[in-house]
Amino acid sequence: MKSGASRDSSNEPGEVYTGNVLPLLHEIKHALQRWLETHEPAMIDVRSLPMGPGEEDALIDLLGEGEVRARLSALGRSDIYETRYPGVWLVTHYNDNEEIMSRFIEVIDVPSILKSQADDVRDGLNRLAAHIG
Amino acid sequence: MAKHKTLIEALQQQGISRRSFLKFCASTASLMTLPPAMIPAVARALEQARRPSVIWLSFQECTGCTESLTRSHSPTVEGLIFDAISLDYHHTLQAASGHAAEAARMTAMEENHGNYLVVVDGSIPTANAGFSTIAGISNRDMLLETARGAAAIIAVGTCAAFGGIPHASPNPTGAVAVSELVTDKPIINVSGCPPIPVVISGVLTHFLTFGSLPALDELGRPKAFFGQSIHDRCYRRPFYDKGLFAESFDDEGAKKGWCLYKLGCKGPTTFNACATAKWNSGTSFPIQSGHPCLGCSEPDFWDGGGFYRPLSTPTGDIGATLLYGAAAGAAAGVALGAVNQARKRRAQQAHQPVGVDDLEKGAGHD
Repeated sequence: MKSGASRDSSNEPGEVYTGNVLPLLHEIKHALQRWLETHEPAMIDVRSLPMGPGEEDALIDLLGEGEVRARLSALGRSDIYETRYPGVWLVTHYNDNEEIMSRFIEVIDVPSILKSQADDVRDGLNRLAAHIG
Repeated sequence: MAKHKTLIEALQQQGISRRSFLKFCASTASLMTLPPAMIPAVARALEQARRPSVIWLSFQECTGCTESLTRSHSPTVEGLIFDAISLDYHHTLQAASGHAAEAARMTAMEENHGNYLVVVDGSIPTANAGFSTIAGISNRDMLLETARGAAAIIAVGTCAAFGGIPHASPNPTGAVAVSELVTDKPIINVSGCPPIPVVISGVLTHFLTFGSLPALDELGRPKAFFGQSIHDRCYRRPFYDKGLFAESFDDEGAKKGWCLYKLGCKGPTTFNACATAKWNSGTSFPIQSGHPCLGCSEPDFWDGGGFYRPLSTPTGDIGATLLYGAAAGAAAGVALGAVNQARKRRAQQAHQPVGVDDLEKGAGHD
């Protein structure tokens, strides 16, 4: 594999690889198998792992982008897209200053943050009713 | 009254949707280093959380800890956490001053007796009560008075947690940590010079979320953030294991991002979350910027024998043997950690508190 996942530490200046990308890909693979068999979703906090400069980007490049992309506007934007591996989603939460607050890989059919929430639906219903009068 | 609202009510009042709240909970769980599976539990707990009253006391400090927290751009998770508490006294931030400020502190203490949190930054001078006072009250008296009705105390920064720089040899003010004066209340040490903002807010969030204090290590620090050494979570660790070290700040090894151990990195004996939480909104941390870890979250880091001297230096040749052994890895860390501890003990024994007379004598020589 020609990627950050297989690079050792005899690297070029400015490149540092912890070797954490490949195990993460294995974790995603196991989570996908589990999802197919039991429908048990999985969520990985990308930022809880030590990553060298550029390594997180290497991981994101490896996962690529698939067919679906959504943008949330809630306490700043959130970018959510399915990777080139169906069922594997990358969820990145930003604040209003475009700084990343958290980043997750979700293995699921639809990330739960995309679903309408009952409280918000109720609030919207009230506003619609008030608007109609 | 605002402070009796639940957190979700306070957020709803700011027009924050349920979906935004879930996003907030996901980021909060991440900052508390909880597994993502805990996000629903965090959401359920935060829905019910009441805003606690917080009294923030600043003693012998440089305001770096407050800067660390408040320099974060808002709105951040930290900002939302602070919206979620009732910060009733913080003499650096509050508009009131003098008697009005002290009245606010007394009111918060009376109204929330037994339930409020006290956050302390800075060490407390014991050599002379006059060395540091607020509104004419000595730091020691203010701490003891405020601690009496507190649910818990959070000692923010290495000064409050371990004495910090004021406590460094020869400790002219007789500076001590909060834990040396208050012995009958739970104390959480959030060390660091300054501490990482998300670690401060992570501890507050844990209290908000679970109504209890997080699990602590033997130095009273929350294990979630101080459970592993900088070295263990460092992305340069593979180089240490292979025996690849930068020998100077501009050699080939430094350019290739090799381990900074021989340039004085204290990562092996320092426990903190810098390597994963990072600084400046997750941008980087000292080692990533090419500088060794100073060990600022450890007791007596200032007296550790020099920031740019390898941990192995004081005892001569054990370092040379272990440093170059690529396979020595963890063993070197343990042995050198013991060396460092011994050095700190010697430094502690050398502390000689001085009084005003001594200071005046010193000034006379200039």
